[in-house]
Amino acid sequence: MAELNKPFPPGDYPVVVVGSGPGAIQISYCLSRLGIEHAVISADDRPGGMFQRFPKLERLISWSKPHAPVERETSAYLRYDWNSLLAEKPEHQAVAADFMDGSSYFPARAEMEASIAAFAERAGVTVRYECTWEATTASGEGFTLTTSDGEYRCRIPVFAIGMAQPWRPPVPGLEDVPHYADSKRPHEYEDKRVFIVGKRNSGFELADGLLPWARQIILASPSPPVISVVNRTVAAARARYMQPYEDHILGGGNFVMDAAIERIARSNGAYRVAVRGTTVPGDYTLEVDEVIAATGFRVPLGDLRELGVATFMQDRVPALTPYWESVTVPGMYFAGTVSQGAAGLQKYGIPSTSAAVLGFRYNALVLARHLAEKYFGVTVERRVLVPHDVVAFLLGEATRAAELWNQQAYLARVVSFDPEAGIRDEGIVPLAHFVDADGPPAIAMTIEANPHADIYPTVYVRVGSRVEEHQLPTAPLHDFEMAEHRKQLDSLVTQLL
Amino acid sequence: MDEREIVDTLGSFALFADLSRPELEAVAHRFDEAWFSQNQRVIRQGFSGVGFHVVLEGEASVRIDGEERARLGRGDFFGELSILLDEPPNADIVALTQLHCLVLPRTELQSWLLSAPGVTLRMLQAELRRLRIASTWRS
Repeated sequence: MAELNKPFPPGDYPVVVVGSGPGAIQISYCLSRLGIEHAVISADDRPGGMFQRFPKLERLISWSKPHAPVERETSAYLRYDWNSLLAEKPEHQAVAADFMDGSSYFPARAEMEASIAAFAERAGVTVRYECTWEATTASGEGFTLTTSDGEYRCRIPVFAIGMAQPWRPPVPGLEDVPHYADSKRPHEYEDKRVFIVGKRNSGFELADGLLPWARQIILASPSPPVISVVNRTVAAARARYMQPYEDHILGGGNFVMDAAIERIARSNGAYRVAVRGTTVPGDYTLEVDEVIAATGFRVPLGDLRELGVATFMQDRVPALTPYWESVTVPGMYFAGTVSQGAAGLQKYGIPSTSAAVLGFRYNALVLARHLAEKYFGVTVERRVLVPHDVVAFLLGEATRAAELWNQQAYLARVVSFDPEAGIRDEGIVPLAHFVDADGPPAIAMTIEANPHADIYPTVYVRVGSRVEEHQLPTAPLHDFEMAEHRKQLDSLVTQLL
Repeated sequence: MDEREIVDTLGSFALFADLSRPELEAVAHRFDEAWFSQNQRVIRQGFSGVGFHVVLEGEASVRIDGEERARLGRGDFFGELSILLDEPPNADIVALTQLHCLVLPRTELQSWLLSAPGVTLRMLQAELRRLRIASTWRS
């Protein structure tokens, strides 16, 4: 009778969280801290989500620094640790660096999986494993989720279902080649000519791993590569995978092509790949031994499209409001990496970090509070500030707050100046919500970056329905508590007092 | 929309009329998709760092200090003046319906226009038409 020992039997719950990766575990933890009753169900048999399988070559691209400018026990440390989940109590924390062997500041996949499992255990996050969500219906003021174990009725479903379903663009023949997810181990490509479709991280990750093995590697996709140190975003191909690109630039015999893939066909045990150049025009047919589709992933939305969930990014991700609610199905929320469906302002084209743990762990904190206050009558106490403390508080946040550093131009610390309620710390708020929402006079502090490699605080001042942007100066060591910052922010705050 | 539908849609827009199919695929690949709900602001008057937007589906309003000056629909584009003049936008763009756009970061617009003279010419023609309409208005 193992069934009796499983938590969260089918039935009615205020909230049902679907998933057991870091996104689901983080939102469950945050909901519990606010006293929101909920069930967590997952088709998997253990925590970890995508980190049970990916990255394919076993090492992450998000760092956790064992030694950082601040102590590990502080919340500011998380600015330097992109992989640990958030916990209020030190005894609940499972700091990623504690699980790493010291050979790299990027954790190994297994180290990451172990730290997530340890967090779930220490923080008491329980999940009904091997319970597969199968269908969804809207019912009254909520939803019914049909699962392999029975029906779950809830007011609010939160889907933290990851983005690990292989996706391929509609290229003839591409459906018949292995996806990144099913690619072989590097040594199995020994002395082969390998064509990789895709120039994002998964493509460059494979190419980097194949450098010592393959005879020749060609990476191709229609547009030029987007590289983190050039385009200033962690969503771009990361610097540590750039060796194949350097090989291409220096004429080493491997190639990074800007080309549309016309078709892929089998030919005598090999492949013929027809491509048309884009940046440099020209038609080519390439003979290769192996083709790999490193073309990314999609969210496994099941039947949610039929329920009306709008998607974008070539139908791969649900379109979400700033508070991660479906823009077309009210009451349906998403967490974890799927929270990238709320794009935010994307200033200078820089996306949020919501696709990764470093970003979505904070989204979960904000979402849990939003759900608690909007649907369940919980009021999270706002700290009252005295006028004299506002400038120092906001500049301290700009200099140290991991939420602002890890979710730049996406999450903001908001202080309101209500004539009746006084000056209050409203907590961390999605910036895209703040700049479009009505409310009392308020200031939002964020960290932003521009294409010139400057990182600086930006202040948004709301008076009535008008919001103005004010950029504060950058500083060589990112200390934003200098006299000029105080002076400029003080003049803005004074307008609201 | 999948990539093929986006490429088909782009091919029907005047701005991209001179591009070959692979070039259209490169546009679809290089631009990001963005989705805005009704009444959401897409571009905000006075905010830095806006991108170049092309409307795939839906309708938007151009508002200066809250007053509507124009409407934009399928195939229209916006954000380029702010980028090319390196000034914050002087208008809000507000989604009147669900709005589906392709977006190119401001840092990439200039190099993209230089690499695609056909698009640049079409954009110039569109800007001149807008100027003529504005001049007609004033007179």
